[in-house]
Amino acid sequence: MSVVLQEPVLQEAPIRSRRGIVLETIRRRPSAAIGATLLVLVLLGAVLAPVLAPYDLHKQVGPVFGHPSWSHPLGLDDGGIDMVTLLMWGARISLVVGFAATLVSMLIGGTVGVAAGYFGGKTDTILMRITDYFLVIPDVPLMIIVAAIWGPSLFHIVIVIGILLWTSTARVIRAQVKSVRERVYVKRAQAIGAGHARIVLRHVLPQVAPLLIANTVLTIAVAIFDETALSFLGLGDPSRISLGKVIENAFQRAAISTGAWWAIVPPGALVALIILSCSLIGQALEDALNPRLRVAHLSARRFRLRPLVGRGSEAL
Amino acid sequence: MSLLEARELNVWFDLEGGGTLHAVQGVSFALEEGERLGLVGESGCGKTTTALALLGLLPSSAEVAGEVRFHGEDVLAGGEESVRPHRWTDVAMVFQGAMNSFNPVRTVESQIVEALELHAVAEGAVARARAGKLLESVGIPADRARRFPHEFSGGMRQRAAIAMALACEPSVLVADEPTTALDVMVQAQILELLDGLCRDFGLALVLVTHDLPVVAQLCDRAAVMYAGEIVEEGPMERLYHSPRHPYTRLLFAATPDLADDGAPVASIPGAPPRLDRPLVGCPFRPRCDRAFGRCAEERPLLRRVDGSRAACHLNDVPA
Repeated sequence: MSVVLQEPVLQEAPIRSRRGIVLETIRRRPSAAIGATLLVLVLLGAVLAPVLAPYDLHKQVGPVFGHPSWSHPLGLDDGGIDMVTLLMWGARISLVVGFAATLVSMLIGGTVGVAAGYFGGKTDTILMRITDYFLVIPDVPLMIIVAAIWGPSLFHIVIVIGILLWTSTARVIRAQVKSVRERVYVKRAQAIGAGHARIVLRHVLPQVAPLLIANTVLTIAVAIFDETALSFLGLGDPSRISLGKVIENAFQRAAISTGAWWAIVPPGALVALIILSCSLIGQALEDALNPRLRVAHLSARRFRLRPLVGRGSEAL
Repeated sequence: MSLLEARELNVWFDLEGGGTLHAVQGVSFALEEGERLGLVGESGCGKTTTALALLGLLPSSAEVAGEVRFHGEDVLAGGEESVRPHRWTDVAMVFQGAMNSFNPVRTVESQIVEALELHAVAEGAVARARAGKLLESVGIPADRARRFPHEFSGGMRQRAAIAMALACEPSVLVADEPTTALDVMVQAQILELLDGLCRDFGLALVLVTHDLPVVAQLCDRAAVMYAGEIVEEGPMERLYHSPRHPYTRLLFAATPDLADDGAPVASIPGAPPRLDRPLVGCPFRPRCDRAFGRCAEERPLLRRVDGSRAACHLNDVPA
């Protein structure tokens, strides 16, 4: 080639990878690490329930509502079953429902969001009006009705929660896709002959994936909460013991009036713990992956009042 | 038969508040093999719209009439289906703000390979080797290929965008403001590169820019656009030495001259007319320093005037 041009040599400086950014954010926000640790512990306990659970799930091992003791640290429930065992198995079902329902809602929300944002025009209008419609339906009453009509089963619960939780994801994803699709490289991809599927999969999705991930984690928390609520109302699968079911059982058998707090507080606290850890992780992910939140004045969480000029550090 | 020819190209955009904007008004030009044509004019005069229309890349909100002929075949006639086989293999484009024409999350190599694979030019390792060669041909070492776009400087990204445009060995390259947003040194390098590539590959070039010296340096011919139409078109020399349209003359007068004595650069007062309502008379009349009665009533047509084409009533007035 005749064209030989001098370009300053690139410095081989280490590049901050996305993973690096995530790790750094976790270090800066220890709450994310705490959330992750808690969630991993709960997950381990749930997944390894068949191995770790100290007692049989279906066997009475002590008196009804037996007090906490060394052999039963969280006491016994209304059937004389060990509470620790119950919590491990219950968390298993709750997490499965939570994850599965989230998967359903992310599939729906992601598809609707990407389609609406990418195609725009009439598609956008129709999909977003449907989204608005789902958005204004009060979740819990509808879930109760649908669960009651379809009958209690784990699968139905997953579907019911899934088809109600996708709306906010769809809106967030749509907004991001709308911005991504106007970028020059999308037009270029179109110009070199890439079809819609290729443009969406290769050029649009990678840009919205971080948002989808952060949303997923946050949705898991809501899904688990909803599952607990439905089970507590007796609309869960009666043959599967989830955390909501544990609470319901204890409530039905008058654990409160008996003073057996250990039958009702630990499962509630465990649900709260799972939701808390998901929220902590989700928010940290959002912070790490959405560069806009790294700009102080756009992030309510990072906004700090600064000392007035001239008065030095003692001002605030 | 010309290599690439635009005939009576018209583009209308639907405006959101109702009404239409006639962005390109009857633009015709022809490009021969290996020829370099500059499309110049101020912002909003329809340069980029014309360039995008050549590749059938306008958004669906635009209505296009007229013909774009490649080797005599009307490529716009059959819609998307008939343009697609010609895009990139025959007519490729370097987009405005080409620095942003790379997906930030994929390596430069993978994006050039994508173009090669989509047109079944090459695949796998062969495609990757070719991508490296293409980058080398624009002066980027092949071992940079696996880098991400943000690891390239602005000038390197512009070169990479040119390399990508050359991926399928097109015969026409449409470059939309290829030197804008680059500093003067890098601008000069990019122009030199385009010049070399055109010569080596026998490329025809449509250069869209508002920068007259750039056109003068690179192009044989130029078409001056104003308010969506070509007001004068001809060899660069003629346009400079004997412009047949007052706008061309005023444009050249508004370009700073290095050899100048420091006199203030002239500017053209006023602004281009709005294109969302019908124009009566000559669109340039309100800003023209030599307008006369006829200009307000009759719209001048682009006509042949010794060696070039111009749309001005002055050419009918005996000197």
